[in-house]
Amino acid sequence: MHFGIQNILFIIALGATGFFAFKKFSSIIRNIQRGKSLDRNNNFGQRINTLVRVALGQSKMVTRPIAGVMHIFVYVGFVVINLEILEIITDGILGTHRAFNFLGPIYNILINSFEILAVLVILGCVVFLARRNVVKLKRLNMKELLGWPRNDANIILTIEILLMSAFLTMNAADWYLSTQMNEWPHIIKNFHIEHYAHSGVQKEAFLISPWLSGWMPNNLTYVMYIERFCWWFHIIGVFGFILYLPNSKHLHILFSFPNVFYSNLEEKGKFTNLESVTNEVKAMFDPSFVPPTDGTPGRFGAKDVEDLTWKQLLDAYTCTECGRCTSSCPANQTGKLLSPRKIMMDTRDRLEEIGKGIDKDGNDFKDEKSLLHDYISPEELWACTSCNACVQACPVNIDPLSIIIDLRRYLVMEESAPPSALANVFANIENNGAPWQFSPVDRLNWATED
Amino acid sequence: MENIRVRTMADYLANGEKPEILFWVGCAGSFDDRAKKITKAIVKILNKVEMSFAVLGTEESCTGDPAKRAGHEFLFQMQAMNNITVLNGYEVQKIVTGCPHCFNTLKNEYPALGGNYEVIHHTQLIDELIKTGRLKVEGGSFKGKKITFHDPCYLGRANNEYEAPREVIAKLDAELVEMKRSKANGFCCGAGGAQMFKEAEPGDREVNIDRSEEALELNPNIIAAGCPFCNTMMTDGVKHFNKEGEVKVLDVAELIAQAADL
Ligand code: SF4
Ligand code: SF4
Repeated sequence: MHFGIQNILFIIALGATGFFAFKKFSSIIRNIQRGKSLDRNNNFGQRINTLVRVALGQSKMVTRPIAGVMHIFVYVGFVVINLEILEIITDGILGTHRAFNFLGPIYNILINSFEILAVLVILGCVVFLARRNVVKLKRLNMKELLGWPRNDANIILTIEILLMSAFLTMNAADWYLSTQMNEWPHIIKNFHIEHYAHSGVQKEAFLISPWLSGWMPNNLTYVMYIERFCWWFHIIGVFGFILYLPNSKHLHILFSFPNVFYSNLEEKGKFTNLESVTNEVKAMFDPSFVPPTDGTPGRFGAKDVEDLTWKQLLDAYTCTECGRCTSSCPANQTGKLLSPRKIMMDTRDRLEEIGKGIDKDGNDFKDEKSLLHDYISPEELWACTSCNACVQACPVNIDPLSIIIDLRRYLVMEESAPPSALANVFANIENNGAPWQFSPVDRLNWATED
Repeated sequence: MENIRVRTMADYLANGEKPEILFWVGCAGSFDDRAKKITKAIVKILNKVEMSFAVLGTEESCTGDPAKRAGHEFLFQMQAMNNITVLNGYEVQKIVTGCPHCFNTLKNEYPALGGNYEVIHHTQLIDELIKTGRLKVEGGSFKGKKITFHDPCYLGRANNEYEAPREVIAKLDAELVEMKRSKANGFCCGAGGAQMFKEAEPGDREVNIDRSEEALELNPNIIAAGCPFCNTMMTDGVKHFNKEGEVKVLDVAELIAQAADL
């Protein structure tokens, strides 16, 4: 093939994808940066270690073996088959055909592993579709997934199956052409498709696609059209996928890596100490204490997404809506309204809403809504036992509990609206130094009574 | 009266002495009738190994854990500052707690406020005492009994301590059986995050019923706990299924105190 109209179209498509993807991703990053600052640059070594184990090594995925193994197929397939995209882009720009063919035997190994992985990816996606739509796994069919989230998952899985099928069919057509060429020399001449014969694709090169070549029509020009169609379908599909990503739970394929890298490395039981509170308490203990001020008095706790840290917002964009958190949550599993997955989805949806507002009205966009109340109700928040099961279960180290606690802080300290039983507990702790109404002077009675 | 010896920090100071360790009893351990038994079991073990320990007595106050989990950071920090003033005043260095919530709060959340101590949970101390040979335990009455251990969230997931209580139980020559959801996958008893002190939100069932059912499915003789709140929750759950005749809910410290005939 030579440089021609196809290549011009390709370069335009590539450029447009790059442009729109850059725009969308910049606005996501801008949204995340609206969060409060938090230093997560310490312990570089330990962070790399966590990244390798949890993100690259998928260590938390395999706690549920079927989903874990299928996900590893899809994940490895995704990463490795992307190498093929490099060749497609090279061919697309330069007008070459299988530009990496010069790698010889290595090329064959690569193509074969792509083909095997493509089959495994299809298998994985079919199993995933079945778990959602046929087996109807509980955690994949809960009410927070109704509507878009559920379609989103099905769309992504279907696209992946189509892309992989196109890839295999493309190889099959290519293989077929290269093996039939010598028998139809006049067609080669007439249609300027010599490159298929010279592409060096050998009979033994492909492991899987030859099996598909039985479906190819006898007419070689049709086969050529099939090859071209699949090539274009595959790459346009990939471009579409990139543009679709930012609107999808599938964003985790990119964000899980930074998200895991910036994980909380402290013990899970250690909650943040609110510095603004510390300053006030210190001032009460020591009147001469002058709190360091940065000008803004700030809220106690979080009412809206901008009161959360950038890491909590990155968590929200990274959430893949798998529901492992929710299916291990004691509150949710006993029928309470709380679902840690919904906490993450609400945080993301609210942030997206603000982001869209800013896109439209600029930085001083304001509306009457907030994460607390409009998205997440106190009833959900008060059901949490702070047991950390959700944090433990999340395969990409998201921390729904920290958001729950920050919202509770706002409810208690800014709105003075704890459940009445807890208001009593607070009063008891304050007055008696215990959550119950016992007198502090009786605190050692146990040592002397029977 | 049972024969236990307890001295306060103030006693030690008055005699110009310093104890090896401070025993942080906690609110449940001080006031709750069931939890007081656990407190005494811990004291018996400490007495037995002749460890010099002190309690704060009336100078102890809630660590602030329930306030913090419920979102009342202000009240938490007030409690923490007061306690830190007392602890630092006595130059406390090492603390053992009878409750995973106190343990977590003292160990993880006090340092940022100026309270730096070596903090261990009582199951860790018992484990250490057995390993170093200070405490000898033989299975005795527990030989052949079926025991399952319920991981307290604030000892297990929150602080990654799953082994100490199990190693202690292993010394009893009993059969340790695990629930399906155990260790990192352990299921909460329903008390954490200040839930202990309020009605649960509307739902299908109580968390402790779910968890007790899981434990009872193993037909254990004993459900072992390491937290006074878990203990209450599991005890209530066992009663709910009318199994209190057959199944006992006991703290790891109580198991050891009984086995060592204390
Ligand atoms: S910490 Fe709260 S939200 Fe997370 S699993 Fe436990 S109860 Fe559910
Ligand atoms: S927070 Fe984690 S575990 Fe929960 S749905 Fe999102 S990705 Fe899955």
